[in-house]
Amino acid sequence: MAAPENLNPDPLTKNILFMNSVDYLINLTRANSVWPLTFGLACCAIEMMATGAAKYDIDRFGSGPFRATPRQADLMIVAGTVTHKMAPRVKRLYDQMPEPKYVIAMGGCVIRGGPYVKYGYHVLKGVDLIVPVDVYIPGCPPRPEALLEGLFKVQKLMEKERILDRTRKLTKPEVYSPV
Amino acid sequence: MATHEEIFKTLKEKFGDRIVEERLDAIDPFIVFHPSIVQDLAFFCRDEEKLRFDLLSLVSTVDYLPQAASADGKTPAVAGRIEVVYILDSTVHKHRLIAKACLDRERPHLKTVENVWRAADWHEREAFDLMGVVFEGHHNLVRILCAEDWEGHPLRKDYVIPDTYHGIKNVIY
Amino acid sequence: MKDIRTEEMLLNMGPQHPSTHGVFRVVVRTDGEMVLESESHIGYLHRCFEKCAENLNYLQVVPYTDRMDYLCAMINNFGYAQTVEKLMGLQVPPRAEHIRIIVAELNRIASHLLALGTYGMDIGAITPFLLAFRDREKILKIFEKLCGQRLNYSYVRVGGVSFDATDEILQEIQDFCEYFEPAAIDEYDSLLSYNGIFISRTANVGVVSKEMAIDYGLTGPNLRGSGVRRDLRKDEPYGIYDRFQFEIPTGDGEQGTVGDCWDRYMVRVREMRESAKIVRQALASIPSGDFVDKKAYKSVKPPKGEVYHKVEGARGELGFHLVSDGSAKPYRLKARGPSFCNISILDSITASGKCMVADMVAIIGSLDIVMGEVDR
Repeated sequence: MAAPENLNPDPLTKNILFMNSVDYLINLTRANSVWPLTFGLACCAIEMMATGAAKYDIDRFGSGPFRATPRQADLMIVAGTVTHKMAPRVKRLYDQMPEPKYVIAMGGCVIRGGPYVKYGYHVLKGVDLIVPVDVYIPGCPPRPEALLEGLFKVQKLMEKERILDRTRKLTKPEVYSPV
Repeated sequence: MATHEEIFKTLKEKFGDRIVEERLDAIDPFIVFHPSIVQDLAFFCRDEEKLRFDLLSLVSTVDYLPQAASADGKTPAVAGRIEVVYILDSTVHKHRLIAKACLDRERPHLKTVENVWRAADWHEREAFDLMGVVFEGHHNLVRILCAEDWEGHPLRKDYVIPDTYHGIKNVIY
Repeated sequence: MKDIRTEEMLLNMGPQHPSTHGVFRVVVRTDGEMVLESESHIGYLHRCFEKCAENLNYLQVVPYTDRMDYLCAMINNFGYAQTVEKLMGLQVPPRAEHIRIIVAELNRIASHLLALGTYGMDIGAITPFLLAFRDREKILKIFEKLCGQRLNYSYVRVGGVSFDATDEILQEIQDFCEYFEPAAIDEYDSLLSYNGIFISRTANVGVVSKEMAIDYGLTGPNLRGSGVRRDLRKDEPYGIYDRFQFEIPTGDGEQGTVGDCWDRYMVRVREMRESAKIVRQALASIPSGDFVDKKAYKSVKPPKGEVYHKVEGARGELGFHLVSDGSAKPYRLKARGPSFCNISILDSITASGKCMVADMVAIIGSLDIVMGEVDR
């Protein structure tokens, strides 16, 4: 993994010696130890469990411990359909996670409603209407290898972070609000 | 194990003309009963020795919109109705029964059978939630599947999906 | 000690919980560790299956039936296809019938494997989870070769099945049966079923009597765990199940009382053996020929009428109530998910006053619910 160029826009720290290497080292350790939150809702949860099991072991990439509480997790994998009854709880759990936090939207239902987009009155048409999503993984359900690829993309996102920007003001995506 | 004819005969003997219709020639034979006898019919079906319907499989509802008379006068106007279908099984005699009641679409009220089979508790709550059938005497008739503050009864044929829910857009295309 | 004051606490086993098998919320009133009463809330996965079915034609509804009970999707498809065929009066070619039975029973094995793996994990044993998934991956690999999907197959359609099973796949299924029964199931028995800690956590816990089970509409392994011999494959045979020999395991109170969690768990383990037997018999007698009725597969338009058909899903009686008005779309399709009735018994089990908070996890795991089926 080559050291990325110094994207630090802050003029005060731009030329501080070794800042680039410090960022690189910290991001390297963070990216190889992303702890996900168990947030399986529907069918995609079964593929998430299969990713955690022996054949497509997610533990070899550092994401083995699936925390049950949001206060100890840094990645929320929303796997499965979110309904209007469940949506406030998703938002509340996202708010309880400490910064820096990432969200993977796994499966067609959380991207834009999936198969329920036209006639599903009770289905939230995409979880990015309530929380900012970093990585979208299409599929119904996505294969475990696809979830691992999504995890790698989150790790790549982590490489670009700066430790002086711990709350991700520069890199956090926006919540989608259609007109 | 009794055949459908024998079961229908037993019910007809007990309830007479409150059994409005019997259909033996359908793929799944059923009876249609008047809504006022629902609790007596339920107790009779469960307790009578020859019947012993102790397992309530399903309480299903179907919505039929009113149809206007056709222009040439051949088919008359049909009033709208909501049908409540009870599907009963017997673990003792291994036979089954499908019994229906037709309710008025404007005021679909029916007495509850939750003190006969406790499985009816959640089935009736779902029928209320999705179709709007009010079961009188139910101890806790609130919405079970949709969110608590959802408006309308979604499985009715004239239901329009709301555009937003609590400010979040619900209809994308 | 008389001046110690205890208070009751309202505990929310919320929709997001590692052990509730999906989005299921139970509000529990406890006095210390003992549960006084509980109130379940469902509907967090209500995905409007019935409204979708009214607006799509019969072929387009098949993927939605998969996603109801996503762990035994083949059996869901089977039930829906048979319901429509019953209304149309359609006969399916014999090769398709055999293939349907084989995939349905393999899927039952896969579903029970996941049930026992996650049940062990809820109780605290992590190893059976990994072993169960290892065996489950073998079945999923067979299904992927057959129809291209690992989880929501949409394979069994009205008129037959959507792809033919080649000889290579049938040989692989045969090899899997040789490996699985009895060697792998004996391994699970020795690891988990007769383990002292597992028995002390599940025996005499969550006892459901026979009358209570029937009153609440329980079906499937939960009803059989309480001692009632009721299995739709034997009582009201559908497909060609009447040609095969298999037993119906029931709970007999071997480690505690009849109808406790251990009985329900053991019924599932024994059912896996019977399913492997059925697959072997079906493989031995599978004929060659068509795998689908091509005319019916292309356009499905049943006559006007109403029908109710039920099949034995992995969790109980899965029924479809179909009302057709003669057009290409169902007028009303209602699905009876077995887990809907199975989970309604939880409130009255805890009302007995002998449950602890940890026992609630054991009871929910032994009822083996899938929220996609509860909420549809």
